[in-house]
Amino acid sequence: MVPFSFSGHDLVALPQAALFWPARKALLVADLHFEKASWFARFGQMLPPYDSEATLADLEALIAATDARELWCLGDSFHDSAGSERLSDAARTKLAVLTDTLDWTWITGNHDGALGADCGGRIMEEAEVDGLLLRHEADPAEPRPELSGHFHPKLRIRVRGKGVSRRCFVATTRKLILPAFGALTGGLDAGHPEIARAVGADAEALVPVNDRLLRFPLAA
Amino acid sequence: MTDASASSLPAPLARWFADRGWAPRQHQLAMLEAARAGRHALLVAPTGAGKTMAGFLASLVELIDKPGDGLHTLYVSPLKALAVDVQRNLLGPIAEMDLDIRVETRTGDTPHNRKVRQRQRPPHMLLTTPESLSLLISYADSANLFADLKTVIVDEVHAFATQKRGDLLSLSMARLQTLAPGLRRVALSATVADSQGYARWLAPDADADSVTIVTGEAGAEAEIEILLPEDRVPWSGHSGSYATEQVMEIIAAHKTTLVFCNTRGLAELIFQDLWKANGGELPIGIHHGSLSREARRKVEAAMARGELRGLVATASLDLGVDWGDVDCVVQMGAPKGASRLLQRIGRSNHRLDEPSKAILVPGNRFEYLEARAALDAVAERELDLDIFRLGSLDVLAQHLMACACAAPFEEAAMLAEVRSAAPYRDLPSAEFSRELDYIASGGYALRAYDRYKRLASDVDADGQTIWRVSHPKFEKQHRLNAGIIVDAPILDVRFKNGRKLGTVEEYFAATLSPGDTFFFAGMSLEVLGIKDTDLTVRASSRPARIPTYVGARLPLTTHLADRVRGFLANPAEWAAFPEDVEEWLRVQSEKSVLPKPGELLIETFPHEDRQFMVAYSFEGWNAHQSLGMLVTRRMETAGLKPIGFVANDYSFATYSLERVRDPAPLFSPDILEDEFVDWVQNSHLLKRAFREVAVIGGLVERQHPGKRKTGKQVTFSTDLIYDVLRRYEPDHLLLEAAWADARTKLTDVGRLAGLLDRAADTMVHADLPRVSPLAVPVLVLIGREHVAQGTVDDALLIEAEALAEIAMEGV
Repeated sequence: MVPFSFSGHDLVALPQAALFWPARKALLVADLHFEKASWFARFGQMLPPYDSEATLADLEALIAATDARELWCLGDSFHDSAGSERLSDAARTKLAVLTDTLDWTWITGNHDGALGADCGGRIMEEAEVDGLLLRHEADPAEPRPELSGHFHPKLRIRVRGKGVSRRCFVATTRKLILPAFGALTGGLDAGHPEIARAVGADAEALVPVNDRLLRFPLAA
Repeated sequence: MTDASASSLPAPLARWFADRGWAPRQHQLAMLEAARAGRHALLVAPTGAGKTMAGFLASLVELIDKPGDGLHTLYVSPLKALAVDVQRNLLGPIAEMDLDIRVETRTGDTPHNRKVRQRQRPPHMLLTTPESLSLLISYADSANLFADLKTVIVDEVHAFATQKRGDLLSLSMARLQTLAPGLRRVALSATVADSQGYARWLAPDADADSVTIVTGEAGAEAEIEILLPEDRVPWSGHSGSYATEQVMEIIAAHKTTLVFCNTRGLAELIFQDLWKANGGELPIGIHHGSLSREARRKVEAAMARGELRGLVATASLDLGVDWGDVDCVVQMGAPKGASRLLQRIGRSNHRLDEPSKAILVPGNRFEYLEARAALDAVAERELDLDIFRLGSLDVLAQHLMACACAAPFEEAAMLAEVRSAAPYRDLPSAEFSRELDYIASGGYALRAYDRYKRLASDVDADGQTIWRVSHPKFEKQHRLNAGIIVDAPILDVRFKNGRKLGTVEEYFAATLSPGDTFFFAGMSLEVLGIKDTDLTVRASSRPARIPTYVGARLPLTTHLADRVRGFLANPAEWAAFPEDVEEWLRVQSEKSVLPKPGELLIETFPHEDRQFMVAYSFEGWNAHQSLGMLVTRRMETAGLKPIGFVANDYSFATYSLERVRDPAPLFSPDILEDEFVDWVQNSHLLKRAFREVAVIGGLVERQHPGKRKTGKQVTFSTDLIYDVLRRYEPDHLLLEAAWADARTKLTDVGRLAGLLDRAADTMVHADLPRVSPLAVPVLVLIGREHVAQGTVDDALLIEAEALAEIAMEGV
């Protein structure tokens, strides 16, 4: 785990598409999109009904690996406002155990309607933590250093004839966008104009691999 | 005994033949006789033998003898353009005979109002494609529409019976047979090696005995020659582009010349070369599957009017569209298969009594041998064997949904109907139930979607299980997404004024930045920008790259490979070869070994501080790509420090830091059980196959080009679905279907397995002090072929970052 410095804080970008904040033992994840598959199933696209379970299993493994005490979800935790009602019993129990064990905060996003009361954790629209602003969607006008999600950034490049596509972080000096964590969440090209609009010039895509953090300049 | 002599033809037909001074051909009458005997019929004949008339003759006779309303004959062709073409060839005679027979076309391009009218007031004959037929079947009124159907004619059956579209049509025919039990099936085929196999495919219940096989008269022998360069046959390359000037001379010396290339990229390259050599003197054009429909139609029309002297084309032109005055066919690079060569040659000269003329331009020395092999095979009329596979599960799912959209069906009766289609003959009933469960609610062990079911089932008074569509919205959804062809994600190539030139695959477009140039539609184009699904370009005069296209290459057929091996082992044949090819083989036999047929030659030698191993396995490029990947993995485990590998159709070469002393363990059959499964599951091969089955099988909706959906709907990829499914339900029906596809289509596993099974007994290891002549054609590919060398994505990313750093230095 190689930390990088962001606005005076040491943070670790994890290859599992999450951010770890060692000083607080906090894990930050964005765009879990629980129950995305069942949302599509209602319209006749029967995607595998295991996405919430898969996302939760990944999250559990990460919590165990980092020994995290705090967990921050940066919005769009459920794919749609009725998502929490569709959680399977097994997934609901698993989630309840997690929110009960950790200091858990749901930052609300554009997809989250009423988070189910039985999910546990606290619900906030945004939060300021040790000088870092946590919110769902980056605000171009925000002067404070800010961590957000929403865009599902993904780096797509071709090397030696082979295409490589990877969830990535997008960083400038004052803004950091997290990749989507959910098992069925797709991605938006990191160089997409919408992301550029949100973070401004001189953005980099950060790609953690094993024990290194790769940096790719993004064309403005 | 039925009398089917010319005199038995109804008066208008007899007169029509007589007025032209023609007599019906033997095979046309034989087809008529089969019809009168009520038998299914398969016509195997070369192009230009009056096949269209042979197929329709019986229907014309019946409609003249007993005029009536309603749909009488359904004609199914794999190509939309072909249906248009046959309409012309059929409508001509009908108009000339002044018959009251209505013929219409129905494809994806047919306007909606006409489609509706066709269902309400059907023509006597309907010309369509397998996909459009499947859609017709999904309408509730299909039972009425097809109730009086007498004949279904399948054209160019050799081109698609063994593929998924063949599965779909076979299922559709089973449905038609239920709706119209007296239906007679007719198929028209080019010359094939196994006409019995096609008869089985055509017949209900795969009963080949119910099919009369009619063989057309053979045309004049084709005149095929191999074009040799003025100096030496090149060591490597596929294009034969060294021969540009000579090909231009050929075009100048003929009325119309078709120049066939094996890939779209190659076609663009060859066209550029020819264009330069041509200096704008002669009208030449280009035609391939990625050009816009308008562009293709324009070229086709210009060809039909005889305005083009030369046309550079790919397989999109392979099928039997009648081009009139083509008097010469040039094949750039090796033909890869004797049947394919014969079909391409068939594009020239449609008169049977005059020989077709073809010129092969081999790209390298092995391709020279391959061209000779193809020439011999054609002369001996020995064709490649087509392999009939089991029907795909994704296609079956689509078909069952279509049937349910039309009307509720009984499970047991439907199973019997499906089994009457040859590809699904041995479908177990448990597998069938699994299909239905999959369509209804995704087929997951976790019964999460029972409340969203697309199909509902109940048990009727007779104890039969009846399946029906649960909501009309799913019918609409099915019709929007049905189809068998799943394109790679594509971008439209457009000028600024919006005019569309065609499409390139997204992954190629992703490598382009504004200012880059690439060859497309015969032009050099500069990228202005990429927005949504449009790649905006302007014409440029700068040199440009050639677009590449995903997809397996045409593999060298086993049969041609065997012939090439035969040449290697038989020095008596070499005298007929050009001097440099003969010398190449002779020196090989002196310095190393020439493998006997059936032997697997492995050479090892050092070269420039690296250790090489070349395996001459002759199993085709696709299989060699897989094997190269697997063998390098094994070398890694064995501590041989492999650096990479390259492959062509004939051999593959690995290079490593350590010397391979004993190649045998690298080629043991267990590689297919251990490394292979692991590799395929993690490779793009299976993911690409999964994407296709997920669309065909109706798990995900098709992305309609130009109509990219907004918001939440775009944001999942089939790769992610694949990962989740593999993790939680590894035995899911669609994963099984993807495996079946990957196994046959993408990796030629059958050939791999055969090779590895034989390897231990047939391996001949030549440990050499230096590189051998036979190794040169594959070794020169090193550094030229951009194939990922088994490197994991992480390593590639690290490399890319380093490159980006260098590129951005000083910024």
